Amino acid sequence: MDFKCYILIPLLPLLAFILNIVFGKALIKRHAHLVATAAVAISLFLSVRALIEASSGTVINQDLFTWITSGQFKVSAGFLVDQLTAIMLIVVTSVSFLVHIYSIGYMHGDEGYPRFFSFLSLFTFSMLMLVMSNNFLQLYFGWEAVGLCSYFLIGFWYEKKSAADAAKKAFIVNRFGDFGFGLGVILIFLNFGSLHYADVFTNLGVIASQTVVIFGSRVSLPTLIALLLFCGAVGKSAQLPLHVWLPDAMEGPTPVSALIHAATMVTAGVFLVARANPIFTLSPVAMNVVAITGGLTAIFAATIALVQNDIKRVVAYSTVSQLGYMFVACGVGAFSAGIFHLYTHAFFKACLFLCAGSVMHAMGGELDVQKMGGLKKFMPVTYWTMLIASLSIAGIPGLSGFFSKDEILWKALSSGSPVGKFVWIIGVVTALLTAFYSFRVLFLAFHGTFRGTEEQKHHLHESPSSMTIPLIVLSVGAIVAGYAGVPHILGGHDWIAGFLGKVTGLVPAENVGGAIHVHAEGEMSEWSGMAVSVVVAIVGVSAAAFFYLKRPELPKKIATAFAPIYKLLFNKYYVDELYGFIIIKPCYWVSENILDKVTDKMFIEGIVNGLPALVEWSGQKLRKMQTGVVLHYTLIMAVGVFLLAILVLLGIGTGMGPAK
Amino acid sequence: MINTVCPLEQSYVLTTAIFLPVLAAAVLMLINRERYSTIKWIALAATIANLIAVVPLFTNFDKTSARMQFVEQYRWIEAWHINYCVGVDGISVLFVLLAAIIAILCVLVSWNSVKDKVKEFYIAIVLIEGAMIGVFAAIDMFLFYMFWEAMLIPMYLLIGVWGGPNRLYAAVKFFIYTLAGSVLMLLGVVAIYIVTGTFDMVRLMNTQLPLNLQMLLFWAFFAAFAVKVPMFPVHTWLPDAHTEAPTAGSVILAAILIKMGAYGFLRFSLPMFPDASQLMAPVMIVLSVIAIIYGGVICLSQKDLKRLIAYSSVSHMGFVTLGIFSLNMQGMEGGILQMINHGVITGALFLCVGMVYERSHTRQIADYGGLANVMPVFSAFFMVFTLASIGLPGTNGFVGEFLIILGGFTANKTAGVLAATGVIIGAVYMLRLYQQVFYTAINEKIAGLSDISLREVITLVPLLILVFWIGVYPSAFTGFMDATVASLLVKLKGGDMHALNTLIQAVVR
Repeated sequence: MDFKCYILIPLLPLLAFILNIVFGKALIKRHAHLVATAAVAISLFLSVRALIEASSGTVINQDLFTWITSGQFKVSAGFLVDQLTAIMLIVVTSVSFLVHIYSIGYMHGDEGYPRFFSFLSLFTFSMLMLVMSNNFLQLYFGWEAVGLCSYFLIGFWYEKKSAADAAKKAFIVNRFGDFGFGLGVILIFLNFGSLHYADVFTNLGVIASQTVVIFGSRVSLPTLIALLLFCGAVGKSAQLPLHVWLPDAMEGPTPVSALIHAATMVTAGVFLVARANPIFTLSPVAMNVVAITGGLTAIFAATIALVQNDIKRVVAYSTVSQLGYMFVACGVGAFSAGIFHLYTHAFFKACLFLCAGSVMHAMGGELDVQKMGGLKKFMPVTYWTMLIASLSIAGIPGLSGFFSKDEILWKALSSGSPVGKFVWIIGVVTALLTAFYSFRVLFLAFHGTFRGTEEQKHHLHESPSSMTIPLIVLSVGAIVAGYAGVPHILGGHDWIAGFLGKVTGLVPAENVGGAIHVHAEGEMSEWSGMAVSVVVAIVGVSAAAFFYLKRPELPKKIATAFAPIYKLLFNKYYVDELYGFIIIKPCYWVSENILDKVTDKMFIEGIVNGLPALVEWSGQKLRKMQTGVVLHYTLIMAVGVFLLAILVLLGIGTGMGPAK
Repeated sequence: MINTVCPLEQSYVLTTAIFLPVLAAAVLMLINRERYSTIKWIALAATIANLIAVVPLFTNFDKTSARMQFVEQYRWIEAWHINYCVGVDGISVLFVLLAAIIAILCVLVSWNSVKDKVKEFYIAIVLIEGAMIGVFAAIDMFLFYMFWEAMLIPMYLLIGVWGGPNRLYAAVKFFIYTLAGSVLMLLGVVAIYIVTGTFDMVRLMNTQLPLNLQMLLFWAFFAAFAVKVPMFPVHTWLPDAHTEAPTAGSVILAAILIKMGAYGFLRFSLPMFPDASQLMAPVMIVLSVIAIIYGGVICLSQKDLKRLIAYSSVSHMGFVTLGIFSLNMQGMEGGILQMINHGVITGALFLCVGMVYERSHTRQIADYGGLANVMPVFSAFFMVFTLASIGLPGTNGFVGEFLIILGGFTANKTAGVLAATGVIIGAVYMLRLYQQVFYTAINEKIAGLSDISLREVITLVPLLILVFWIGVYPSAFTGFMDATVASLLVKLKGGDMHALNTLIQAVVR
């Protein structure tokens, strides 16, 4: 494929954005989706071609123009399309395309219809720039640009204070992560003299054995760089402790949640770690940090998801948790497994979100699952697609989620390290929780009897086909996407691992930790690992069925019996409150009461206004000496002469001084 | 004495740029004061003509040369070896261009808002334009000092006559503050003349002064420059001056006037007192980092639109001085670029605030809310400038800040890390401002305001273009600086041939 075609992939959505933002309001109006959807459709087509090219081994790495130069610093805008990028291209453009179609129905009649589509296009452009970049700075550009689109789209209904707050929060929390990311980029430049992936990854020997001293302790340079980059990933992919923005981001329209806050943007952190895998693999410390952060986030978010009633928030916490899995994979060195899960997750999670959106659409914006129930017969398509997506995320064998999650758990277990074992245990527990909360929501919303108002009941309806068709397509994806990575043990070829192996360097199963000494023994434990995954998935689903179908009165009793735990989980471990108390409030307090009132107004202004006042005051005093009475003047003169005489006599000021 | 710089060919671009506005002021004086429309059109025509006049600076500038270009030199006061001598190099050329653009925008934005003493107002504006171009073009120290002080008078009047309710306090404060600094600089100028017998800045840049004299002079000039920048802790005139100044005054202050301080460091301190500058660089870096964080955090509690943007300038100018005193290529180029960027962004933000103030007559942030629905086009413009201000990649603010942090980090790791926190703080206060003014429910105090007119759109578009142009293709602008900054660095680092070669190679590449 010609290089120009590659450029078109991000360029077309950019053009659509410009058209819609400039002419949308006055000219294009209700047809905004045509421009945007056409652009992303062509991008999708070109991405498929790019994938075909990549699978035949073609890697494109070409600079477009020089972006910033200053002395030795030089960075270009350019594209790298390798296997990793090709997969990301497919994920981004296909989900984006489906979300565009879904939005035609979902956003129908909204005041900001053209604005919505223009931001979707801008997002698609930014995300494509992020994944197609061939250097760290352009990656950073895409990184911040997707954050901006996320800001715009979370705050799409900015009249609502909660939406505007959530948008701002998302941007600022991400800035904390990007602070580290930016410093990482600077360190990379200072050590390699370049920001191009190719230059950096081929010269890793330069930093391999270097150390730096931070706060008196010696840290290896690869660890430092990897961890700084990971800061960015933690922010963007909503990992502990920067996860707080993602649940609030659900204030945005649901298609946005599906596209940005489930399938694509939030996975950018995983992409970053996978892209920079040569740096990460240099540092066992950084790898362990990645794995542990991912593992803790996975279980942390899953426990919160157990008790939330807001359907979108459950799915949001589930996203945080699933992203944790992807980092677990990266942390144990199984980068391709992480990307595999990213890819399957994109389909089943986008499907879950769009189903939630379909439910909201029918319920007149209602989000509380406690007020739903029995929706199955009103919206069969939504029900069946959501069921498929839930089975997939729960890890029921045969669906995509099973293959990718099992791959991650197996890689963690087989890595042989204590950290690997630890995250495997966490991963298994989380899998149980995942199955449980996913089906809790499904059962509460679609089974049982309707618990909403009569008016809501009257309006219940299946969504229009522009919304249900993307659901069906995504649910098919939630089944078949996983077949790209069927493990050898199940008679598959693990195509995706081999495909990505060219980028992630490792050929999985042969290279992870060197743990598999005896093939048969490895196979045994792989079978048993898989058995554990299947068992926990089934237990989770059955438990949800027991609590929410068989004995619906039980959950409330348990909640009251374990009230403190329930409250802790329901209030998300009070992390927001903690941050407000230790960071936000003190900052504002210092700003207002110290900097503004004390240093600026009291000290500096005191001196600035005080000096003229002093001059004036001394002038006033000195004026009094000008009495006009000659007697006073002669008196002063006499005193002066007397003093001078003493000075001369003592020799002071003449340099001679009295005799020593 | 006269031929220290030999112009390749005689050019009149800079003299035209300085004196065309003065001529326009003279013409304006002759017009009947009641003929508002004629006065405005003459001012507009004069400023546009001046921009056209300086276009050759952009197109014909030799980017490979570190020398003064477009040089003109005439004998002036021979007894004291004072010449009228102007020229630009890679450091100053862009400021002349920026000043010419800003002047037009100031005329446009004042079109309907200034109703009192219209004639005098536009005379002040064009005189300021001439003086500010003079400051950046002068390469004779005496001439420089003259323009430097000449700039004060119309600026003082602009604040004191057309300003807000507390204008006299602000104007006097501005005047005394800057004059106090300038007096020390004057002593420095005289001292340099007594020691070297010349006012020729190009010659002085190649004169090695004894270190103790350099130190004295560094601090004497520092007093003048630090007040103008303004650096912490001599920044408190800025919020008052900005809040009370009319829109055009705020724009000129933000875009050009405070740049003169940082420009002074580049034009005098670094090349003429190189050893002192290197010795004092750590002090300057500390002051810069304090300004970045202090100026940013104090923005969190500001309740007045203009005051907030004024304090944000303290923070952004902290980036500029950090870049300059990191004494490396990236830092200095980032610093110069960020001066232009800040002029564009903050100039635009003050234009915006002026436009909305003209309609609402309030600057209190609490009086706003939901403006995005009331004035959608305006909101879009303000959003772009907000994003540029917080350094979003793709806008000009990112390029400048990134280069500065890179340079600062190279010079001093702690300083680089601390400066980077300024980027977080910047996002906090700007997005908070944007939310309170533009998002949430419509505040009834501002309901029903009309969106910006075509004239106002035209006022903002040039700056919008610059935001993206510099953001996407900054090489078009940093290219002007490469040679000059490289040769300045060679001078600073002692001029050894090895450094010279690597730098030249880097530039040529």
